[in-house]
Amino acid sequence: MDWNWKSIPAEYLVTNTRLCRGGKLARRRGFLHVRKGRVEAIGVGAPTAEGLPMLDAGGLVCAPGLVDLHVHFREPGQEEKETVATGSRAAAAGGFTAVVTMPNTQPAIDNQGLVRYLIDRGNETGLCRVFPTGAITVARAGEVLTEFGEMVNAGAVGFTDDGASVANGGLMRNALEYASMFGVPIIAHAEDRTLAGSGVMHEGYWSTRLGLEGLPRAAEDACTCRDIELARATGSRLHVAHVSTRGSVELVRRAKEEGVRVTAEATPHHFALDHSRCRGYSPLYKMSPPLREPDDIAAVAQALADGVLDCIATDHAPHTATEKEFQFDQAPFGVTGLETSLAVGITYLVREGRLDLGQLVHLMSERPAQLMNLPVGRLEEGNEADFVLFDPDEEWLVEPGALVGKSRNTAFAGQRLHGRVKATFLRGRLTWHDANGSVMG
Amino acid sequence: MILKRKDLLGLEELSAEEILGILDVAEQFRAIFDRPVRKVPIMRGRTVVNLFFEPSTRTRISFELAEKRLSADIVNFSASTSSLKKGETLRDTAENIEAMKIDMIIMRHASPGAAVYLARVLKSSVVNAGDGAHEHPTQGLLDLMTMRRRMGDLAGRRVTIIGDIAHSRVARSNIWGLTKLGAHVTVCGPPTMMPPEVQRLGVRVEYDLKRAVADADALNVLRVQLERQSRAVFPSNREYHRMFGVTEEIVHLLKPDCFIMHPGPMNRDVEISSEVADGPRQVILEQVTNGVAVRMAVIYLLSGGDPGSLRGGETD
Repeated sequence: MDWNWKSIPAEYLVTNTRLCRGGKLARRRGFLHVRKGRVEAIGVGAPTAEGLPMLDAGGLVCAPGLVDLHVHFREPGQEEKETVATGSRAAAAGGFTAVVTMPNTQPAIDNQGLVRYLIDRGNETGLCRVFPTGAITVARAGEVLTEFGEMVNAGAVGFTDDGASVANGGLMRNALEYASMFGVPIIAHAEDRTLAGSGVMHEGYWSTRLGLEGLPRAAEDACTCRDIELARATGSRLHVAHVSTRGSVELVRRAKEEGVRVTAEATPHHFALDHSRCRGYSPLYKMSPPLREPDDIAAVAQALADGVLDCIATDHAPHTATEKEFQFDQAPFGVTGLETSLAVGITYLVREGRLDLGQLVHLMSERPAQLMNLPVGRLEEGNEADFVLFDPDEEWLVEPGALVGKSRNTAFAGQRLHGRVKATFLRGRLTWHDANGSVMG
Repeated sequence: MILKRKDLLGLEELSAEEILGILDVAEQFRAIFDRPVRKVPIMRGRTVVNLFFEPSTRTRISFELAEKRLSADIVNFSASTSSLKKGETLRDTAENIEAMKIDMIIMRHASPGAAVYLARVLKSSVVNAGDGAHEHPTQGLLDLMTMRRRMGDLAGRRVTIIGDIAHSRVARSNIWGLTKLGAHVTVCGPPTMMPPEVQRLGVRVEYDLKRAVADADALNVLRVQLERQSRAVFPSNREYHRMFGVTEEIVHLLKPDCFIMHPGPMNRDVEISSEVADGPRQVILEQVTNGVAVRMAVIYLLSGGDPGSLRGGETD
């Protein structure tokens, strides 16, 4: 990549690049013409405009800026783990230009003031578009509906009590019905808490061997089933977060065939890693839902390939090093994901032959944007120029110390992955460059 | 060297040779108990810390006695007197203790894997004195010692473990130890007390106590944690006693030489009837005696002890 600008000009060309759009990776090299933050022209072959500053991408892939429907930026309340600023930096480093934040902050995002606050913090940081979700219930306590209408007006793109499911089925039904009038989805963290009990890892051979309390598949599947039935009954839009079991994959598949308005996501760790990772008791492998078994991994990967699962979302869940040094049963659930997601997808899905690079990029940009009606994700003439340049083949070692988010609790520490983000652009402006690190503002 | 390792975290990690090596050394220490002076000077000047984050009476006393009989210096630390209530992490607590220059930490902790973690962050030897439902290796060893003293070679012998297998560290350590030595293990209890895929640990599962004990050479009866009743793991002590309690009726079904172990403390008339607990088949107090010998052997071997020198130099 030829790179010698002091600052990004208002108008420029990215040349010698392989465009990856609409689920397809172009065979021939192409160009991207950016003018005042928008895509002026894009296509294969040589650019028509002449005399503009040029960035020779040296054959890197150029894709829409990635979109993550499931991140925890911890602000307000847990700024020791992550903030909108540090999370946005991690997003930019991972090739993301838009994220959907989860409302399980302290306090929870349960009113329009907090929704506006998050959007403002995102704009101030300017490294990534921040689309907040609001809580379904006040303080995520599972009792009283929040003001969906006020929050939608403030910019909320969906509602969820993520981190916990809405235990009260009647209330969940009302949430789905009520949300439908705003055209926004309810996002389900599907987990029956009475079945989950005090579980800390997948219930199976390894929980037996390690003596750790198990989280049975049934805890996830029973709640996925309930929420799908509620979506069927109400005709409302349901999005199932972080599907991790073969059973829930089947439930989503059948519901879609039957016309239920359900979509679903999978995380990189759920299609890459299995429960045997917990064998050394490292809380870096503790998350909810937990790492499952090889047949679950295969089902999730296959479902991403055949469209049963609609997109990849990271469930980026930062925790401090101290918290992740607690004993396995005491440590908090969650792992980071923004900085490794594309590479995990390339390593475990593309290189394993599950899907091709065009499909992977689609599942990480265009499709998730579409699911949440986000005004992003398409790299086309006239749209704002959110894009990423990456090398799909470059191999790199995941070193927690080299990550740029505030927390380093990655489940891929020490692994070699393929696929390296080289530069990320938001509205035509550089937000990340692999050689120089983050470019603030 | 019998134990080529810094720590004893579980029987899972030991080879059959290592287990038998520990038991042989434990027999040598066991012989000392019948003398008027039950103490050897071989750990003089070494410091052992008993770090108990969970209440324990007999395991702590057993370790303390083992350490004293080896002439080690001892410090006891229990959660109630610790700084843990101020929110200190396990790592900070342990590193502070280690900074005072000690040789070994014996730890009991409610979290599975706590000893594994501690061994990774400390240079000192770590002995797991029970970590949640994971392992309790010295209990496993003392059970093996008790069985071996009675039956000799355990290969081909049949041992039935009865109780809450899912939540028992004693069960796991017994399963690892027994299967490594070639014994056949049956586990018995209600399905709510069986962990998933327990068969993959190399055991037979039986829900009918009578069938589970019929061909057994030894029974190991686990303590029922009565608080589990409130979590609907079993309906009542009365029903548990009827279905899984080792009673005179069960004893009548046993092979003539079959004996009964219990790791204590017992819930009399729940998992074991008082008659059986006091009867001729039980070896419960032998287990307790052997526990001290096994712990002496583990501490001695982990601190680099050479069993050859022990034979000649065991007297004061």
